[in-house]
Amino acid sequence: MYLTPEEKKMLAGDYGEGTALAMKVLVAIGEAFGAEKMVEISRAHVALSNQDADLWFVEKLVAAGARCRVTPTVNPGFNSDYFRQAGMVSVEDAGIMERTYRAYQLIGARLSFSCTPYLFDNIPRLGEVAAFSESSATPYVNSVWGARSNRESAQSALCAAIAGRVPEYGLLLDQNRKAQVIVEVEADMSDDFSYQLLGYCVPKKIGHRIPVFTGIPPKVTPEALMNLGAQLNTAGAAPLYHIVGVTPEAPDLEAALGGRSPEAVVKIADKDLAETLQAISSPGGRIDFVMFGCPHYSLRQIQEVASLLEGKKLQAELWILTSSYNKEMARRMGLLEIIEKAGGHIVDDTCVDQPCWHHLAGKLGATDSPKCAYYTKRRQMRFVIRSLRNCVQAALKGEIE
Amino acid sequence: MTEIYTFRCHKISGGVAEGEALKSSDDICFYLIDPKSGTVIEEGHAAAGKKVGGKVLIFPSGKGSSVVQADGLYQLSVHGNAPKAMIIKFPDPVLVASCIIMNILLVDRVDEKFYALVEDGDVIRVDADQGIVLLSKKGG
Repeated sequence: MYLTPEEKKMLAGDYGEGTALAMKVLVAIGEAFGAEKMVEISRAHVALSNQDADLWFVEKLVAAGARCRVTPTVNPGFNSDYFRQAGMVSVEDAGIMERTYRAYQLIGARLSFSCTPYLFDNIPRLGEVAAFSESSATPYVNSVWGARSNRESAQSALCAAIAGRVPEYGLLLDQNRKAQVIVEVEADMSDDFSYQLLGYCVPKKIGHRIPVFTGIPPKVTPEALMNLGAQLNTAGAAPLYHIVGVTPEAPDLEAALGGRSPEAVVKIADKDLAETLQAISSPGGRIDFVMFGCPHYSLRQIQEVASLLEGKKLQAELWILTSSYNKEMARRMGLLEIIEKAGGHIVDDTCVDQPCWHHLAGKLGATDSPKCAYYTKRRQMRFVIRSLRNCVQAALKGEIE
Repeated sequence: MTEIYTFRCHKISGGVAEGEALKSSDDICFYLIDPKSGTVIEEGHAAAGKKVGGKVLIFPSGKGSSVVQADGLYQLSVHGNAPKAMIIKFPDPVLVASCIIMNILLVDRVDEKFYALVEDGDVIRVDADQGIVLLSKKGG
């Protein structure tokens, strides 16, 4: 693999051991994928997770003197002030979160603590080279914004932010961005929830190939696209998808396919979505809580919940996870007050897969996100998966059909 | 009577390792493997209920969020239940970076004949640095 004199200096340790380790990881990835050279990045997003491997790796880099050349945004762990005050975390767990916070501060990250940077504070332009980890973020910046990022891991994205470059392979190259499979959507896609199920059911049918969707209405919402990408990358690995007439690299079917014939054509009907839901949702019954915000809820989704809750009282706990920006907007707009009066909560800077939720272990909840249900299995949470509206109605009744 | 078959492979994360084969036709999310026992706990998974610790794990690719793949492997390593080596078909950057950082042997580009022959319990020796997979099959 060709390295510039500057890159050779980084690898040799001229900029310290931390930068050298970051370069070592990037070079090894590049050689695994047959990259010919490195290319500079202008943006990065690191899927901070506050889990053991995450803290171990970032502290190792900080101790070795690494500092980011490109300031990355970061994922949420949990809001330690909020959960300390609420008495919902142990002193040990809060201490680990504060160590993570400190390590990312020292390495030079923007402490944005949201998994949806692509909706508000780290938005690339068409063709921009970036290093995005986080399973809902990589597909969004590639597919919706038309930027170029491989499906980075939290670690490789952090190495890229430190080195300011990535190996050039995969989705950074034109020829690897063309669709291979046509997915003809015949199902009713009028609700954002349908995209959760569409995303979850497609990977088993197409394998590791880039899909182009047809039959998606042109006024599809950002939230629907967020859901689609998040679930495609929960059930499988699809860091790039195209939608004819919606995403920038698919003005028409031929352009999306790069003039080639598709390797396969898959049809998705209402029945496929219903079967997916049946397979991944717990059966209904009395629920203890509703969890929204995996990925972080947008302001529009918070508005929708608030409109359904106005003047009512919740029978089950209701949690909305979002960015600090959206929470502040919700406060200014009076949405926070409506939701809190009903007995619900908006929490910023927090992910569902964190130790602050241990009181929900063993309980049955409702969510609109298959990703939420999937990653909380290890925390013994169980979920009925339904649309936003049905989940809110369930929280008002304390049970779901 | 043991028969030994030799195949070429492509190194992703280096090293030499030997262990029993464990095949999975489904992609693997390491977060849905119990770190204390090494047992696959994902319902409906092709390898559900099987233990990955010390095995040469053969599967198409990694899946799942970039966060949990690394932590899943890290926890398995800490508890001594990481696979000894992994043979995959489709490298994804998440799995590759995790294996390099955690020093877990990872190879790809093994001939389809290997996949047709290999069964759970066969002994496999992988020399990633030399690019060789040795498959030992017991019986006639």
